Amino acid sequence: MSENVTLPEQQGSSDGVRERRELLSVEGMAMHFPIYGGFPFKRQVGAVKAVDGIDLSVYEGESLGLVGESGCGKSTTGRMMTRLLEPTGGKITYRGQDITHAGRRQLAPIRSEIQMIFQDPYSSLNPRQTVGTIIKSPMEVNGVNPSGGRENRVRELLELVGLNPEHYNRFPHEFSGGQRQRIGVARALALQPKLIVADEPVSALDVSIQAQVVNLLQKVQREMGIAFVFIAHDLAIVRHFSERVAVMYLGKVVEVADRDSLYNRPRHPYTHALLSAVPEADVDSASKERIRLEGDVPSPVNPPSGCRFRTRCWKAQDKCATDEPPLVQISGNREGHLTACHFPEDPTTEKTGADIVLDPALAQLEKTADTE
Amino acid sequence: MLLEVRDLHVEFHTRDGVAKAVNGVNYSVAEGETLAVLGESGSGKSVTAQAIMGILDMPPGKIRGGEIFFRDRDLLKLKPEERRRIRGQEMAMIFQDALSSLNPVLSVGQQLGEMFVVHRGMSRGDAKVKAIELMDRVRIPAARQRVGDFPHQFSGGMRQRIMIAMAMALEPSLIIADEPTTALDVTVQAQVMDLLAELQRELNMGLILITHDLGVVADVADRIAVMYAGRIVETSPVHEIYKAPAHPYTKGLLRSIPRLDQKGQELYAVKGLPPNLLHIPPGCAFHPRCPMAQAVCRTDVPPLYTVDEERRSACHFWKETLDER
Repeated sequence: MSENVTLPEQQGSSDGVRERRELLSVEGMAMHFPIYGGFPFKRQVGAVKAVDGIDLSVYEGESLGLVGESGCGKSTTGRMMTRLLEPTGGKITYRGQDITHAGRRQLAPIRSEIQMIFQDPYSSLNPRQTVGTIIKSPMEVNGVNPSGGRENRVRELLELVGLNPEHYNRFPHEFSGGQRQRIGVARALALQPKLIVADEPVSALDVSIQAQVVNLLQKVQREMGIAFVFIAHDLAIVRHFSERVAVMYLGKVVEVADRDSLYNRPRHPYTHALLSAVPEADVDSASKERIRLEGDVPSPVNPPSGCRFRTRCWKAQDKCATDEPPLVQISGNREGHLTACHFPEDPTTEKTGADIVLDPALAQLEKTADTE
Repeated sequence: MLLEVRDLHVEFHTRDGVAKAVNGVNYSVAEGETLAVLGESGSGKSVTAQAIMGILDMPPGKIRGGEIFFRDRDLLKLKPEERRRIRGQEMAMIFQDALSSLNPVLSVGQQLGEMFVVHRGMSRGDAKVKAIELMDRVRIPAARQRVGDFPHQFSGGMRQRIMIAMAMALEPSLIIADEPTTALDVTVQAQVMDLLAELQRELNMGLILITHDLGVVADVADRIAVMYAGRIVETSPVHEIYKAPAHPYTKGLLRSIPRLDQKGQELYAVKGLPPNLLHIPPGCAFHPRCPMAQAVCRTDVPPLYTVDEERRSACHFWKETLDER
C-alpha cells in the first residue's frame, strides 16, 4: 500500500463467496436545488448543494444503509436513485444503462424494478382509495397481469406483509401506523422490484412496532433477494439491517464500508463521533467514551471549502481547508472500506483481525453481548 | 417530595366515546432527581405532564380524579391565578417541537425577557440583559448579537436550547421535558441532553423527562416509570430496569432494540398493537400482547406489586418475569 492510498474500488465484503453484480451505481451524482431571488426580476442567486458529487454502488440482493444527520442529502440521494428527481450532475447507471436523464418512456420499464417505501405512512397512502386499489394501482399503471388476476395477487401480498387479506376493501385510516407501513411495503412489492429504496421506513413508528416492520423488511429482503437502500438516521437499526453502510455528511459520502468494519473501526472522525453520540439502552456502558461535536451542520448553500467536516472536526489542520479528501481505501482499512479523510482515526493493527475495536465503549458492549 | 401525583385519572370526551388516557397514575419526584417517564404514543405520558402543568385542554380533556401535590399543595384545588403564578416560576415545561412552541414574530430576546417582565416586574432593558445572560448560559454563541434574532434564524438544536433557557429563566424547582430531543439529530441530541443534565444538577431541580427512547434516558435518569395504556406498569431505579425488567412490556421494549450480538437475525418484536384508548382491554391492558398472559390477566387488573424497596411492577407474574431471562 503506497503511503496512504489505494485505488477506490468498491468491491464489497471480503468473503468472496458470492459473485456480486452491480445493480445500480452512481458516479459524481449531484443535486443542486436553485435558489431564486432578486428584484424586480427573479434569477438564480445560489444553490442548495443537497448532494454534491457522490459515488456509490448497490449490488444485487444486498442491503446498503445510508446514514447521516438531517440535511446531509440522504433522502435526496434516495430520490435520485429512484429517479423521482433528476440529478443536476453526475451519472446514474442501472444494470449498465445510463438513466441519468432518461425520459418518461425510457424509464417506464425501469420504474417497475425500482420501488420506494416512504417515511410517513400517513401521507404516503391516498386516503380516498381502498387498500386493494392502492396496492393494485402499480400493476395497472405498468400493465402487469399476474396469473390468477391482480386482485388475487393483492391478497397474496397482503398476506405476505402480515395483514389480513379480508382487509382488501378497507381504507388507510382504519389502520395503525405500523399496519399502514405494511401496506406501503406491499405496494412496493407489487411489481416484484429488484431494488427498493426505503426512506426512513420505521422512524415514524412506535418502538414496539419498529421491530415488527424491520423484521418484515428483512424477511422480504432475504427471501425475495431484493436489493435495499435503507435510509435512516438510527444507527442501531441500520447496523441491524444493512450489510454495507455509507455515511453521509453535507452532501458527500465520507465513509463507506461493510457493517462490521464501519461500526468497529470507523476511520472518519465524523463516523466515530456519530457512533459515540448514539445513546445506548445500557447503563453498564458508563465508561463509554463520548465525542461531543460542537455546533451544527453548516449550510449546504455555502459549504466549507476542502473537507466539509473540518469546521466541527477536532483533528482539522490547514490541509483540510484547501484539499478535499478523496473517498479512498486508506491504509489499514479492510477491503471495500473507503474513507474520505486526510487525518483518519487510528487504524487498529491488522494482525488480530476483527477482534480489535477502536471505540472502547463498543468493545465493552461487544463483550457484554458475548457473555450473554 | 417535590411533586407527587396520586391516582390521577384523565379522560377525553370524543365523538366516538370516552378515551381513557390516564387511569390511575402515581409517581413522585424529589428535588434534584430525574424521573424518566417512558411510553409509546397514547400511553398517557404527555397527558399526565399536561395535567401537572395545568395546560390540559379542558374540554375535551377532563380530570376525573386524583391529586397532584406540589410542595404539599394540591394543584388541582388551586384557583387559576394561583396556578398561573406557579407555572413558569416554580415549574416549567420544555416541548418537543421548539419551532412551534416559540412565537415566530417575536425575537428570542423578547420572548426570554418576557418571563422577567411578567413574573419579576423588570423593565424591558433589564430583561434584555437577563435574556443575554440566559443565552450565554445555554451556550448560544454570540448571544449579544443574536438576542434580536427570530426563532427561524436558529437551527433546531439552538432553538431547543432557547426553550431550555426559557424554562430555566426563573429557576423553577421542577422542569418537565416532553420529548426534548426527539426532533433533533443524534449529535445535537447529545449536546442538548448534556446541557439539560448539567443545568439540572447546578440548580438542583426535579426533572421529569418524558420520552419513548430507551437509550436517551439510560445516561441521565435516576428512576424510570414505564407507562402503558394510561397506567404505570413498572417503576424502578435505572440500573435495575435495564438489567432485569420486572414487567413483560418493559422486557419486550428492551429486547426489541437491535443489539450488537444479533445483527442480521430477526429482531424480537412485541406482537400486536398498542390498545385503543376507547376500548382498553379488561384486566391487564397488556395481556393481548403479552407472552406470559394467563386467565387471571384477562380479568384482574394487576396492582403495583412491590418487587423490592424501590421497584414496583404491575404484573401478576413479575416474579416469573424477573426470573426468566
